[in-house]
Amino acid sequence: MEIKHKTQLHKVFVWLIGELDEHSAKNARYELDEIIDKNLSAKFFIFDFSKTSFMDSTGIGVLLGRYKKLKKMGIAPYVSNPNFSINKILQISGIYDIMPKI
Amino acid sequence: MNNKMTVKFDSVSQNEAFARNVIASFILPLNPSIEELTDIKTAVSEAVTNAIVHGYPDTVGEVTMTVEYEDNQIHITVTDCGTGIENLDKALEPFFTTKPEEERSGMGFTIIKSFMDELNVSSKYNEGTTVEMFKKITSQAV
Repeated sequence: MEIKHKTQLHKVFVWLIGELDEHSAKNARYELDEIIDKNLSAKFFIFDFSKTSFMDSTGIGVLLGRYKKLKKMGIAPYVSNPNFSINKILQISGIYDIMPKI
Repeated sequence: MNNKMTVKFDSVSQNEAFARNVIASFILPLNPSIEELTDIKTAVSEAVTNAIVHGYPDTVGEVTMTVEYEDNQIHITVTDCGTGIENLDKALEPFFTTKPEEERSGMGFTIIKSFMDELNVSSKYNEGTTVEMFKKITSQAV
């Protein structure tokens, strides 16, 4: 998994590119935390799944962990462009209650 | 058409993707839709990840995946000979995890249940766990 990001005014967009599973989660966590730490003045943090080809429940753990960190910093997290299956996983686990889909 | 296969692999995290890709290739002759294929890959990923993370937390052991289909009915078994599950009822509850400090969601079995037609889990403490999953391919993508 590769992570790319773009900062636009007070918005940070991150693309999770490739497969997010237990094997790739450790590095994804590390890179996402680094992006958050470098953008503490941001107001919105958007997880873009348009280039995520696969995600299992490990991804929920990764998102929940980042949610806690972002909340502490007063940054609002959002999710965008999940594919059919990832959308189903996010729905089942109630992620959209805390990270709305935009 | 009937067909079956078995793969055995080490409980290392690289093999999560390996197991997903093996199952996808094996069931391709049934012409599953993209959604069905991803559902099955996700369920296998959950079961194999459980075996690797929880079955063999401190050692590398062997994970066995057996896949069998008869017409459009797929039967998948993922087995480890690791630690076993102490409290199976708890393990099947949504959001229950024994490793919250590792940011695990506890949603693995819940996702398997909603992505597959049937899930059976049997486990013996210190002997291992078997996860059995069934799904019927209905879409017949062309």
